[in-house]
Amino acid sequence: MSKTSRTSITVPAQAKKGSIIEIRAIAQHDMESGFRYTESGKLIPRDIIRVFTCTYNNVEVFKADFYAGIGANPLIIFTTLAVESGELEFKWVGDDGYEAVNRARITVS
Amino acid sequence: MRMKFNIPFTIKRRQWLKRIQDLGCIAVGVWFSPGTVLAKPEDAHAAIKAITGGAAIKEGRVKLIIPPLVENGNLVVLKVSVESPMTVNNYVKAIHIVAEGNPVPNIFTAYLTSRSGKASLTTRVRLADSQLVWAIAQMNDGSFWQGSAETLVTLSACTEMV
Repeated sequence: MSKTSRTSITVPAQAKKGSIIEIRAIAQHDMESGFRYTESGKLIPRDIIRVFTCTYNNVEVFKADFYAGIGANPLIIFTTLAVESGELEFKWVGDDGYEAVNRARITVS
Repeated sequence: MRMKFNIPFTIKRRQWLKRIQDLGCIAVGVWFSPGTVLAKPEDAHAAIKAITGGAAIKEGRVKLIIPPLVENGNLVVLKVSVESPMTVNNYVKAIHIVAEGNPVPNIFTAYLTSRSGKASLTTRVRLADSQLVWAIAQMNDGSFWQGSAETLVTLSACTEMV
């Protein structure tokens, strides 16, 4: 998959201090498992997103390691506590130099 | 008249025989190929051992939800939640998902913190076969808890041709 594939994050723009916010992250990626063959019998090399990290004002709050068992166009829904206003950064790192970064701002009152 | 009827009949019969032969080839192919690719439950147990480092795993606290019957193993919605207060002193450190019938037993590992609020995740996974899937939660005190779910997969992922 090309490095220009899209990634998208859904985060509430506002939240009450101390409340649990739900974050949905999705990437457009084939997640080629490395176990499939072409019709001519050639093994298709693995090409997956391996690591997803979420940092909240530069503090890591969530991380996930993906393996070939994650489906195409990986989706992950997780939660975090709204502690302060600031920026959330989401980073996807994968095979073949794949890297994508998303940022979202949150206002905590 | 009889000849005219006979000729299409024989062709049809021949085609059918050919088709049956083809099906046979596919059946033999299906029989042999997954065995070489799919992991065995022992691999899954080895993967679990690598996660826990040989520590005992207790049953409970972990709830894993996957549909009991899956039509297409390529995209299966998987939900996992762990009973935990998620405070600074008592939280879930990591959740590991392991499947016994996938080529790679590990599906994903999520690392949580006390700032996660609750230990609940949703993602979409691939399942190569009808199998048992485990969710193992690692607590901050070093204990391990597990939950599992069994599913029937009609169309498997991973092994199909492109």
